[in-house]
Amino acid sequence: MKNVLKGLGGLAAALLVASPVFAQDTIKIGLILPYSGQFADTATQMDNAIKLYVKQHGDTVAGKKLEFVRKDTGGIAPEVAKRLAQELVVRDKVDILAGFVLTPNAMAAGDVSTEAKKFMVVMNAATAIVTTKSPYMARTSVTIPQLNETFGAWAYKSGIKTAYTMVSDYGPGHDAEGAFQRGFKEAGGQIIGSVRYPVANPDFSAFVQRAKDSNAQGIFVFVPGGVQPAALAKALAERGIDAKKTKIMGQGELTDAGALKSMGDSGLGIITVFHYDPNHKSKLNETFVKAYVGDYKRTPDLFSIGGYDGMHLIYEALKKTGGKADGDSLIAAAKGMKWESPRGPISIDPETRDIVQTVYIRRVEKVGGELQNVEFDKVENVKDPVKARMK
Amino acid sequence: MLVSLFGVVFDGFAYGMLLFVLSVGLSVTLGMMNFVNLAHCSFAMLGGYVAVSLMNSLGWPFFATLPVAFVAAAVVSVALERTLYRRLYRASDLDQCLLTIGIVFVSIAAAAYVFGTIQQPVQLPGYLRGSVELLGIRFAVYRLFLVGAGLGIALVLVTSVELTRFGARVRASVDNQRMARGLGINVEATFAITFALGSGLAGLGGALAIEIVGLDPGFAFAYLIYVLIVVSVGGLGSIRGSLVAAILLGISDSAGKYYVPQLGAFLIYLVMVGLLMWRPAGLFGKR
Amino acid sequence: MQAASDATAARYLHFEEQVRWRWTETAFWVATLLPFLLFKSYLSLASQVAITGLFALSLDLILGYAGIVSLGHAAFFGLGAYAAGLIAKHGWGEPLSGLVIAAAFAGVVGYAASFIISRFRHLTLIMITLGLGLLLYEAANSASWLTGGADGLQGMRMWPLLGYFKFDLYGVTAYSYSLAVLFLVFLAARRLIHSPFGLSLRGIRENPVRMPAIGAPSRARIRKIYTISAVIAGAAGALLAQTTSTVSLEVLGFQRSADVLVILILGGAGRLYGGILGAIIYMVARDQFSGVNPQYWYFWIGLLLIAVVMLLPNGILGGLARWTSRWTPSKRRAAP
Repeated sequence: MKNVLKGLGGLAAALLVASPVFAQDTIKIGLILPYSGQFADTATQMDNAIKLYVKQHGDTVAGKKLEFVRKDTGGIAPEVAKRLAQELVVRDKVDILAGFVLTPNAMAAGDVSTEAKKFMVVMNAATAIVTTKSPYMARTSVTIPQLNETFGAWAYKSGIKTAYTMVSDYGPGHDAEGAFQRGFKEAGGQIIGSVRYPVANPDFSAFVQRAKDSNAQGIFVFVPGGVQPAALAKALAERGIDAKKTKIMGQGELTDAGALKSMGDSGLGIITVFHYDPNHKSKLNETFVKAYVGDYKRTPDLFSIGGYDGMHLIYEALKKTGGKADGDSLIAAAKGMKWESPRGPISIDPETRDIVQTVYIRRVEKVGGELQNVEFDKVENVKDPVKARMK
Repeated sequence: MLVSLFGVVFDGFAYGMLLFVLSVGLSVTLGMMNFVNLAHCSFAMLGGYVAVSLMNSLGWPFFATLPVAFVAAAVVSVALERTLYRRLYRASDLDQCLLTIGIVFVSIAAAAYVFGTIQQPVQLPGYLRGSVELLGIRFAVYRLFLVGAGLGIALVLVTSVELTRFGARVRASVDNQRMARGLGINVEATFAITFALGSGLAGLGGALAIEIVGLDPGFAFAYLIYVLIVVSVGGLGSIRGSLVAAILLGISDSAGKYYVPQLGAFLIYLVMVGLLMWRPAGLFGKR
Repeated sequence: MQAASDATAARYLHFEEQVRWRWTETAFWVATLLPFLLFKSYLSLASQVAITGLFALSLDLILGYAGIVSLGHAAFFGLGAYAAGLIAKHGWGEPLSGLVIAAAFAGVVGYAASFIISRFRHLTLIMITLGLGLLLYEAANSASWLTGGADGLQGMRMWPLLGYFKFDLYGVTAYSYSLAVLFLVFLAARRLIHSPFGLSLRGIRENPVRMPAIGAPSRARIRKIYTISAVIAGAAGALLAQTTSTVSLEVLGFQRSADVLVILILGGAGRLYGGILGAIIYMVARDQFSGVNPQYWYFWIGLLLIAVVMLLPNGILGGLARWTSRWTPSKRRAAP
């Protein structure tokens, strides 16, 4: 037994000694992502975009060389995320913490960012209160209320007077339900029923049948990405929900590229709200998508754009501070920054350090034989409503 | 109202059929040799990936991939059985758990490496898509197919176990291993064949499952819980048990979610715990 | 007559020997102080290893010694974590009293559950523990007004330990705290295992039907050890909540129950140190593998598990015991 411990001690010591000695003119960025486990695909997409940005813009900013340290949380594991953030700060001496697909992980790491005064860029976690956790945190993705409150108001204005909501029974689902219902009711609409299904739910038909029974003019759904969007869309079609009589509305994950491929024609007519689509018509986006597909043989998604814009924020903030990488300088530089992203015009709100962007309303249509989300309406300069009310 | 209930119950029945195909192999092998094979769903995942690769890369039609999924899973299971499992027949349950969990980890990482972490889409032939209306109730065509396939498989299994010599040997080995050996039945060979068949069925189930529940590297762990529930509720070593348990769980899950959605997630676990407390050996179990 | 008392004396010697504190054990506990000197930037990891070791120890008491396989033990870990978290969130951030209250809470629930647990065995018991664990997870998810749901408990503020030592970035307080609790509980568990109660548990594990006949009522003893195990698991959960100031649903999850089971089997069940050793090896290996290869570390961990099973049956300690027994003098082995 003692031998085992000695061996372990030797291994660990060797690893410690083997860590590279870094020069003073490197800036280290710690990436905390769920590289393995259930959410591995999101990390793959985000990491791809980060690598693409570095490839396109070089790994030197303001005279300093960028170095990345990647850490895996394995999924939702806030104590692991916090420990990894601590280790990145104490052991690897990173200057910036970035990544964060999952809200609980981002919240836990926020404590480390506050205590160590490190600039932190959240590139996906979408719960509204995340950015309140640390004064050095900025977000480049989206918040759920930003999308769904806008959507609720839009739905009423577009002629839908009654709605039924169906969401996954966990944090983001509850947020989406609350936001949509609030936006819809405040605009004048009536919510005639709602249901929550379990997160790991494989079979939606019972819930879809309840929605159908309610005879609402619109059904709002929320599912996390992965297997479920296609399964839900198919269930909606199988239970015979007529897209002409009942509008099916959802958050963008419902109709992402993979889901559309799996659900086929049962997806036609679904209306979604989102902040990014790879088919968005802009020169910048077309170049971005082409480069991304060229390198990774996959279309970018919301995780990719969050990562890409997050890197842009880091680069521009560093350029603005002239290479100074302490938390106070970088967050001051980040506040109020505006730029044109492949998704459209975005900026970082100076008060909440959260993202302000255009929210698009899209419909699934067949374009050139292929199913796509076609943007047909939009709301510009949307700030996160939850934090706006908190003031 | 009754019409929509029937539709929901049918969907639950179809889902139960899928669970049956995935679980029956584990039930029989667990009952026969008491070998805890937690990697059972890795074979299912393998079958799914084989089917998807054939369809997407080589353009094979859906039906042609099903037997290949079966055979591929069976072959791999034989290889693993010869090299690793064989040595642990006499080992403790815990060691068997550890080995098979190790295999699950390796299979998940391998699947992520080879196929990526993305959801695998499946191309169904046109006549299997969409839904039909019979007697005023909408039925999804694919689920009708699943029910048919599941019942067909159940029929084949039950008749072969009841009516063939091999089936008799399987039944004897499950009932009393020592006695069966004493009567000259080669229990090891019987087990090896049963294990291959059971894993092959899991592979087939995996290929059938893609359309309903999707496929990604996490499949091997995600469905393990449901399979274990079916096996324990049905009773070890019983094909009838697996069938009844899978149908029961599928329908109660579906109908329950329709009537009392607040209990949605709890239902399947409540049903399982309740049934096990009432019948600890499972519905049709012997021990 | 002489032969009989010789046999009895030999038997006492056998038990006495087991209770005696071996030099390897002392060395082990001294080695646990090494991270303070050699691995100062790994103290957070060391703290979490100690906590997992404590959790695995609690599982060993019921699995290794009483033969109860549980796939839902994270329920008590999570109950302890949430109890400690809620106490801290609502104003009482004192660590030690929070720890005691949280562990006691987990114990009370464990006592209630033990009435169900003691009635079943084998696969039925495994599935029932799994089902109860999953039900608790879903209940915690639904009660998001209390638990914070998937986003986790927010607003925990821990006071400094013993009024002086703050829980900070560097993890010194965290590791000292976790290690101290682990050591004290370990001492108590060791005492328990070598007591007549502990011996009767081993008897129950081997043959539950026979034990009542020789004066050890199986069910009552199982209930007792299950409750004790729940208290310790709750303490581990509380430690995690307090040292990291976060609690999220994962503390109750199936993944955690499965991980601790794998860790215990890896280290070797029924040998008291198995859980701690398994925790060290599994978590350090996982940390190192995922540092090298964040996406595919699963592969290497899987290979490690397969290798351990094939080469070292009954866990690492079991395998080591088998190897070292070849080297001990035959006099010792001939004890009846």
